[in-house]
Amino acid sequence: MSAHRPVLKVSGLTRLFGPGCDACLSSTGPEQETNRCVHCGTTVACADVSFDIGEGEVLGIVGESGSGKSTVAGCLAFDVPASAGEARLCTLPGANMFELDAAARRRLRAMEIGIVYQTPQQGLRLDVTAGGNVAERLLSADWRHVGQIRERAGNLLERTEIPRARMDEPPRIFSGGMRQRVQLAKALAHKPSLLILDEPTTGLDVSVQARILDLIQEIQREAGVATIVISHDLGVIRLLTERTLVMRLGRVVEAGLTDQILDDPQHPYTQLLVNSALT
Amino acid sequence: MRADALLDQVVDSAEPEYNFAFLDERTKRAIRRAALKGVAIPGHQVPFGSREMPIARGWGTGGLQLSLALIGPHDVFKAIDQGSDDSVNAVNIRHFVAAMSGVETVTATAEATIIQSRHRIPEETLRPDQVLVLQVPKPEPLSRIEPRVARSQKMHAEGDYASMWLSLYEGVALSGDISMGADYPAIVNGNYLMAPSPIPRWDMPKLHHAPFLTLFGAGREKRIYAVPPYTSVEPLEFSDYHFRVEEFPSPCQLCGATDTFLDEHVDPHGGGSTYSCSDTAYCAARREGSQA
Ligand SMILES: Nc1ncnc2c1ncn2[C@@H]1O[C@H](COP(=O)(O)OP(=O)(O)O)[C@@H](O)[C@H]1O
Ligand SMILES: [Mg+2]
Ligand SMILES: [Zn+2]
Repeated sequence: MSAHRPVLKVSGLTRLFGPGCDACLSSTGPEQETNRCVHCGTTVACADVSFDIGEGEVLGIVGESGSGKSTVAGCLAFDVPASAGEARLCTLPGANMFELDAAARRRLRAMEIGIVYQTPQQGLRLDVTAGGNVAERLLSADWRHVGQIRERAGNLLERTEIPRARMDEPPRIFSGGMRQRVQLAKALAHKPSLLILDEPTTGLDVSVQARILDLIQEIQREAGVATIVISHDLGVIRLLTERTLVMRLGRVVEAGLTDQILDDPQHPYTQLLVNSALT
Repeated sequence: MRADALLDQVVDSAEPEYNFAFLDERTKRAIRRAALKGVAIPGHQVPFGSREMPIARGWGTGGLQLSLALIGPHDVFKAIDQGSDDSVNAVNIRHFVAAMSGVETVTATAEATIIQSRHRIPEETLRPDQVLVLQVPKPEPLSRIEPRVARSQKMHAEGDYASMWLSLYEGVALSGDISMGADYPAIVNGNYLMAPSPIPRWDMPKLHHAPFLTLFGAGREKRIYAVPPYTSVEPLEFSDYHFRVEEFPSPCQLCGATDTFLDEHVDPHGGGSTYSCSDTAYCAARREGSQA
């Protein structure tokens, strides 16, 4: 149980890719050893995922590639519609955010949800200036004063260690690490209530990775923002998160305090994950 | 053969077969229906079944179809191209409409009931009983930032114009000011983003709460839209970087006007630039008035 004021409550989040049938859920999951329904060919990318996050809390989602982590993130950022389930954000009391109309969803996304994607192409316009990438979120939230926009964007970029002097350059000419830091600045632009980091350092050099992880930790503490960190890297999960969900084949197989899960895994899959990470 | 000779031939040989104002009544009704829908949803682009016309698409067929669908025997028609009544394009359209409908044509703006124009709004303020028909090459204001039509339509439906604002921001960040010129995007009736056709920024304020109806016709893109009378048309601007109309270094060399949109004439022999009113009828009337 979390002692923090709850920011996000997700229950029963399910996303299917395919036509779907009555047997989809019973014929998929870790016991079935597949996330693909034998009856109709649907991929059950995630099913019945439930969790809470409190203010300032960091929740990890760990699991092998294809286990449904990005789908959970994508549903919460409205990149893909959820097939079933609920998500309630404290800033929108009483409403299931999956049931909002398109305009309200876009607004909620602009105001309350920041996301850093694994690849910068997903999260940035590489040919628009770094400042413009951050500005876009402020413009979505109806900021209309260029001076104020540039002040905020410049501060955020500086905070993520992009020199202000480079804010009018496009991320296309930036290194991989810089691009991720621009994504982070963009995600934080409008002081979101929920920050989602989907494999933010995967594919970066180890030294670059370490610096970004430090930065994430600092900023997360400063901003006190509820954060979901998605990774297949247990080191990242251990470093950043307090609680963790372990996902496999679209389902949550284990959930709890990160230290407990990593030091004393209960589920055989988690044990495998932890043991293989050690060797 | 010259275009007007060709036109005469068409008119002579086919006169009995053509309906009043060229288009058949069903087609006119369909166009008027699209225009009415446009009036009901200001700034929203309404698809219509654009016809083959005896001028090439891209030369004002959208505007022409609107004019022909609206015109009645008692209308008075004026056609201008970039402010001029005398350009080949304006002359052709005027002749065609006259030949096909028999209505009177004029150059004096105040005498016209329907004014078809490319790239300009007349300098004289139009009255409620006048209709302005603008020819539109590119009706979609978002096409420069979102080429996919399904996406831009969704953006309109959701009022999601952040990427348009972003392109405005980029102009300021990179060039120090808003860098958009003609066809300056504007929000109509507090709702839809609209391309006003390539009129200069100078003409934008004339659309805002105008007493007259403006109809926009894009023949190639098969779209009609409208700004009804007394409707807000607000150019995108920041609270610290404003929409501004063009400025000119000297008055009109012909009529001395300082309050009109001027065309620049560059002396090919290096003698510098001179300026004259783009609205030639307005300029001529001012000169006549000052002589009288
Ligand atoms: N757009 C899509 N269409 C079809 N299947 C998809 C799509 N996106 C993800 N999937 C499938 O859903 C499952 C979960 O994918 P994903 O959420 O990306 O996993 P992870 O982020 O854990 O690697 C995978 O089997 C993947 O192939
Ligand atoms: Mg993923
Ligand atoms: Zn199935």
